[in-house]
Amino acid sequence: MTDATVTQPAAPGGAPKKTSLLKLDQRTRRRNAAEKRFKIYGMIAVGIGLVFLVALLSAIIVNGTNAFTQTFVTMNVTLNEDVLDKNGNRNPADIKKVSTFGYAPLINSALENKVESLGIETLLEDGGDMRAIMSASAAAQLRDYVLGNPDQIGETIEFRFLASSRVDGYLKGRVTRESIARDRNISSAHLLLIDDLKELGVVERVFNWGFITGTDASEARPEQAGIGASMIGSFFMMLVVLCLSLPIGVAASIYLEEFAPQNRFTDIIEVNISNLAAVPSIVFGILGLAAFIQFAHLPQSAPLVGGLVLTLMTLPTIIISTRASLKSVPQSIRDAALGVGASKMQSVFHHVLPLAMPGILTGTIIGLAQALGETAPLLLIGMVGFIASEYPNGIQEGFLDPNSAMPAQIFEWAKRADPAYYERAWGGIIILLLFLMTMNLIAILLRRRFERRW
Amino acid sequence: MNDMRRLERDVDTSDIKISAKGVQVYYGDNHAIKDVDVSIADKTVTAFIGPSGCGKSTFLRCINRMNDTIDVARVEGDIRIDGEDIYDKAVDPVQLRAKVGMVFQKPNPFPKSIYDNVAYGPKIHGLAQNKAGLDEIVEKSLRRAALWDEAKDRLNEPGTGLSGGQQQRLCIARAVATEPEILLMDEPCSALDPIATAQVEELIDELRQSYSVVIVTHSMQQAARVSQKTAFFHLGNLVEYGQTGDIFTNPQDPRTESYITGRIG
Ligand SMILES: Nc1ncnc2c1ncn2[C@@H]1O[C@H](COP(=O)(O)OP(=O)(O)OP(=O)(O)O)[C@@H](O)[C@H]1O
Ligand SMILES: [Mg+2]
Repeated sequence: MTDATVTQPAAPGGAPKKTSLLKLDQRTRRRNAAEKRFKIYGMIAVGIGLVFLVALLSAIIVNGTNAFTQTFVTMNVTLNEDVLDKNGNRNPADIKKVSTFGYAPLINSALENKVESLGIETLLEDGGDMRAIMSASAAAQLRDYVLGNPDQIGETIEFRFLASSRVDGYLKGRVTRESIARDRNISSAHLLLIDDLKELGVVERVFNWGFITGTDASEARPEQAGIGASMIGSFFMMLVVLCLSLPIGVAASIYLEEFAPQNRFTDIIEVNISNLAAVPSIVFGILGLAAFIQFAHLPQSAPLVGGLVLTLMTLPTIIISTRASLKSVPQSIRDAALGVGASKMQSVFHHVLPLAMPGILTGTIIGLAQALGETAPLLLIGMVGFIASEYPNGIQEGFLDPNSAMPAQIFEWAKRADPAYYERAWGGIIILLLFLMTMNLIAILLRRRFERRW
Repeated sequence: MNDMRRLERDVDTSDIKISAKGVQVYYGDNHAIKDVDVSIADKTVTAFIGPSGCGKSTFLRCINRMNDTIDVARVEGDIRIDGEDIYDKAVDPVQLRAKVGMVFQKPNPFPKSIYDNVAYGPKIHGLAQNKAGLDEIVEKSLRRAALWDEAKDRLNEPGTGLSGGQQQRLCIARAVATEPEILLMDEPCSALDPIATAQVEELIDELRQSYSVVIVTHSMQQAARVSQKTAFFHLGNLVEYGQTGDIFTNPQDPRTESYITGRIG
């Protein structure tokens, strides 16, 4: 309204021009229109963002949820003493001598029995032929059981084995009769058998914890592969990143922001930190390769090295966000503390830091989340390409033994030829995203908690 | 400039608490305080008056070295408290500020509870032996700042949730809680109603028994009521300094006269 009166100066010497508040003047109308237009632009922008988000999430869910279920075959296996323990004295050394190869016949005959007892007609001649529906891991599973329970030799026990990835794909609709036309691993006779077995509940598709907790498997056994081992790798890496980058980053920021004199030297440092934040992560990877592996001779593919590299990458993020939140604490708070005779350090630690805490924590968690999803630097220190087929057995091994990390594992799976691995890559993405969402949630909660105090 | 007169005054004040000679303050290129000489007596209330932007706050902040925290500020000259040069290299400003308390122009309570605001100074200086002692200090300080009645039931509520005037009194309570020898008050009553103002003035008068108080005020009446000595600043110069009564009834400098009669400012 003031604008309006300014543009319509009162007649010289006379009273200001009378206007009605009930009628919008030209200028107000134009301003309102501009405001409305801007709101519409904003809503369009938000809408586009939402469309992308929904598209992304639905693609991930559609492609990835299948990885969380797996097809299993349930049957009774007779642990034949003649095969497993010829001498009959349950000597562990003797039992160990039988390789997984020796267990194959047990599975063959168990399959044959099962099919026979259910009265299923099949074109397949014997158990050896039928075994293509089973995962190659079945023999190993059986052997592990026998080694763990030698007293069960001679008994008949019910087992649930993984079905082969082709069978799994058939149940999930990924494998069809057309697609196996030239597949030597499985034939349509197998698929007919599967149809029957599925009807009778012998073959079923259930939730697969093995995918979440398991280790990676060889190229030929996608049904066995899990993300668990690389999750542990990521965990140890994040531990390194958190323990190094938080204290170093916060200490550096406090020093730079509160104590360092303002001169050319600190200006240069400041510019360089901002530059570091923009350096592509692969550069940190090659730096880590040169410094930690080639120079310091730390083991390749170790989560410790991965953590160190990611620390370098996360530090600038943490420093920048910490400095920004320190800067946002008003000077008057520092003055108040100094005014009652607090030292600089007391004023920082008693007053400034608690106020900056929400910002620092958010920055740290966002930095960590970034590091958790980072793949490129891991390429160069050998964490991508490593088959994490074993769990580390201890804290020290966790840091130093070669392992993979979640994003590296996903990349690895996506690279492999078998479409079953492609599905697992999407499943891995879901798990990774769940972790990131949890971390963001924690950031929000911490922020709330610290802010609610005042 | 008015050396002769000041000398006379200095003679009849028994104890000089703060003495400043040739003080210059620069904010970068801005010469904010120009060659100020002043001697502030112990156990007196000294008022600084003058138009906005003339450097009252700046000079006040020299006395407890708060200007150290401003990067562009540069202080020259000689300021002594009890004869000791406070800008000496051996002086730790932290120790100085425990001795010279300050109430800032803008109320700046900590975003903590009312209790913690007042207790913070005594806590870091170890003035209380135990919780009971601390409680006592807090209550006494809040009473002196005329805030006790309003605050006693909400000691655990944040100090930032108080009204502007209450915050101002909270800052006064916080400053007196550390028992400083000198109290610098930068417009402590700017947001207070007449009743609270009267209470704070009473406090200032009471503090005078043991401390030296320097108060910046824009109210001539207040300067006349509470202070024994008054200094008039204008454009960074100390124009006139003397007994409050003399300044108000018989100003020597035309600038002082026009300021107190309301013609400049
Ligand atoms: N932090 C600062 N940085 C730069 N210049 C400053 C700063 N503080 C004050 N000044 C300048 O110093 C001069 C004196 O300011 P000062 O705050 O001492 O005035 P004042 O007498 O307290 O005024 P008021 O009565 O309005 O509080 C002003 O010209 C101001 O612009
Ligand atoms: Mg001021």
